[in-house]
Amino acid sequence: MDAETLLSIEDLRLALPDGRVLLDGVSLSLARGEALGVVGESGSGKSLTAMTVMGLLPDVRSSGAVRFRARDLLMQDARAWRRLRGKEIAMIFQDPMTAFLPVRRVGAQIDEQIRLHEKLSRREARARTVRLLGEMGVPDPAAAAERFPHQLSGGLRQRAMIAMALSCAPALLIADEPTTALDVTVQAQILVLLTRLRETGAGLMLITHDMGVVAQACTHVAVLYAGVVVERGPVRAVLDAPLHPYTRALLAAMPPLDGPRPAHLPAIAGQPPAPDARPPGCVFAPRCPQVRPDCAIRPPVVRMGEQEVVCVLYAS
Amino acid sequence: MLRMLAARLGQMVFVLFGISVLVFGVFFATPGADPTARIAGRGASPEVMARVRSAYGFDRPLPVQYARMMEKLFVSRDLTSFVDHGAPVVPEVMAAAPVTLSLVLWASLFWVVFSLAIGIVSAVLRDSWVDRFFMGIGLLGLSMPVFWLGEVVNLVTQSRFHDTWLFSWVPPLGYVPFSESPLGWARALLLPALTLSVAFIGLYARVLRAELLAAMGEDAIRTARAKGAGPARVWLWHGLRLSWLSYVSLFGMDFAQLVGGGALLTEVVFALPGVGRLTYQGLNTLDLPLIMATVMYAAVFVVLANAVIDGVYALLDPRIAEGRHGR
Repeated sequence: MDAETLLSIEDLRLALPDGRVLLDGVSLSLARGEALGVVGESGSGKSLTAMTVMGLLPDVRSSGAVRFRARDLLMQDARAWRRLRGKEIAMIFQDPMTAFLPVRRVGAQIDEQIRLHEKLSRREARARTVRLLGEMGVPDPAAAAERFPHQLSGGLRQRAMIAMALSCAPALLIADEPTTALDVTVQAQILVLLTRLRETGAGLMLITHDMGVVAQACTHVAVLYAGVVVERGPVRAVLDAPLHPYTRALLAAMPPLDGPRPAHLPAIAGQPPAPDARPPGCVFAPRCPQVRPDCAIRPPVVRMGEQEVVCVLYAS
Repeated sequence: MLRMLAARLGQMVFVLFGISVLVFGVFFATPGADPTARIAGRGASPEVMARVRSAYGFDRPLPVQYARMMEKLFVSRDLTSFVDHGAPVVPEVMAAAPVTLSLVLWASLFWVVFSLAIGIVSAVLRDSWVDRFFMGIGLLGLSMPVFWLGEVVNLVTQSRFHDTWLFSWVPPLGYVPFSESPLGWARALLLPALTLSVAFIGLYARVLRAELLAAMGEDAIRTARAKGAGPARVWLWHGLRLSWLSYVSLFGMDFAQLVGGGALLTEVVFALPGVGRLTYQGLNTLDLPLIMATVMYAAVFVVLANAVIDGVYALLDPRIAEGRHGR
C-alpha cells in the first residue's frame, strides 16, 4: 500500500447474524485524486460496501479489513467513527428529498455538520455554508440556505447535499447513486461537479448501476456481482477490453452511442443468487454463457495488465 | 394571512352554532324529552304544567326558544338553572373553570414529562427487558379505569395509610384555590392529577415509541449519522423532530377535551368542584340550562384547541403550511 492510497478494502465479508452472506470478498482500493466507480445491479452489495466504509451498518458480522489512511476502520470504537464521519469521509445519498430532514432549513442542516466537527460560531458556519452553496452553483445561496428542502428543486437539493458533504473538506467522498433520482440534464451537471471535486485531491467513490456514469466521471471501476468484486481496473481498460463474462454482458446490455439502435438489447438470463442460496464456486456461473466444469470451485484473482479479474478463463 | 384567519374564525363560529343546535335539539325537541314535565315534577296538575310552560317560554315555537336560550347564554348571561331555583348558570361555570384548568395543567405536566421519558427510553432500548417492562406498565395504566384507580388512591391515602408518614401530608378531598394557599393548591391537586395522567402516560409513551422507531428508519436519520452526530443528538434532535407531530396533535385534543369537562370522573371521585362535576350534576338532575352551558363551554375549548393545533402543526412542519402532505 503506497502513501497515496486513501482507502483500501481487503477481502471484506459481511454476513447477517443468521449466517446469510451479503458480501463475499470485496477488495477495492482508491488513491487520492481518483474516482472509483462501483458498478453492479441492485442487491450486488454496492451500497453495503459504502455503508461499511461509513460504519453505518449495525447488525452484521464482518471480516477482512477496511483501511483508510492506514487505519483499520473495522477496529475502531464509536467515538472514533463519529469523528471520522462527515469530517474525513462524507457521503451523498441517492434521494436528496428524503436524505435531508424535511422539517429543518437546508442551511441549518449544513451548519450543523460544520459545527459538529469544528469550533465555529453560528455566523462563521453560516458564512461557510453560503460560500459552499455558491460554489456548488446554487443561485442566491444565502436565500437558498433559508429554505426548506421541499422548497428546492431536485437538482438544487442534490447540490446542497454535496455542499453539506464537502463542508468539512473530507478526504474521501462516497456518492451512493447521486444522480439516479435526477433529470438527465441535471445529472450531467452534478457529475461535472463531482469531477471537479476530485481535482482538488479528494478521493471519490461513486456507486452506480450506470456504466455511462462510470465512463463519464470515473478513473477506475470495480464491478460487483452478488457481493464479489469480479473485475476491477482503470475505466478505459475495463470498458475497452472487459475480461469477465459478467462485465461483458453488462456492457453489451447498454445501448450503443452511435450507429443504428438495435431492436433488442441483449439481457443476462436468470436472476442473481439470493443471499441464502449462493453457488459454492463462481457466483456468476449459473448465468454465465461460458460456464465450465471448473467454475464449481471459487476462481482465484488473476492480474491481467492493469486489470484484475476473478474468472477461470484467465487462470493459467 | 388575514383572510385565512377570518376564514378560520368563521369556521369556528359555524361549528359552535352546529353544536348548540344539536344539543338544544336533543334536550328540547326530542319527543318525550318534555322539559316542562321535568321542572314541574312528578304528578303535577295540568294547571301547574301550563304555568311552568308559559313561565319558561316552552309554549313558543322552537326557533324562538333556541334564540332566547342563546341570547340568555351569550349576551345577557343571566340564564338560570331550572333546578336550583334561579341560580345563574354562567357564573357557576366560570367559577368551576379554574379548578378544572388547574387539575388538567398538573396532569398534562405529569403525562408529558413521564411519557416523553418512557417513550424515548423504550424506543432507544427497544425489545430489551426495560422496553417490555415499560410497555407492559403502560398497557396496565391504559386499561385501568380512572374512577377505580381514583377510589383506590383515596382508600390508600385517605383512610388505610393516611396516618403513616408516607401519606400524612395528603389533605382531605376537595379543592384549595391558588390565591388562598399555593402550597395547599398543589397538595390538593397532586394525587388527582397523577391519577388522571396515568392512562395518558401509557397511551402517549406507546405512541411516541412507535413514531420514534418509525422515524429512525428514515433516510434523514441515516444522513444525520453520516454527518457524525452522536446518538443523543440523532435521537432527540433529529428523531423527535420527525416524530412528534402525532404526539402534539393528540396532546392538543386530549388537553382541550379535559379542560372542557372530560376529567368528569376524576373530579367526581376527588370531590373537585370543576366543570366536569358540574356537568355530572346537570346530567343527574337534567338541569337543561346547566347542561347547555357546560356543553357550549367544552365545545369552545375543543374548537379553540383545534385551531391552535393547526397553527402549531404549521410551525412544526413547514410542508403543512403550504398545503403539502406526506413525508
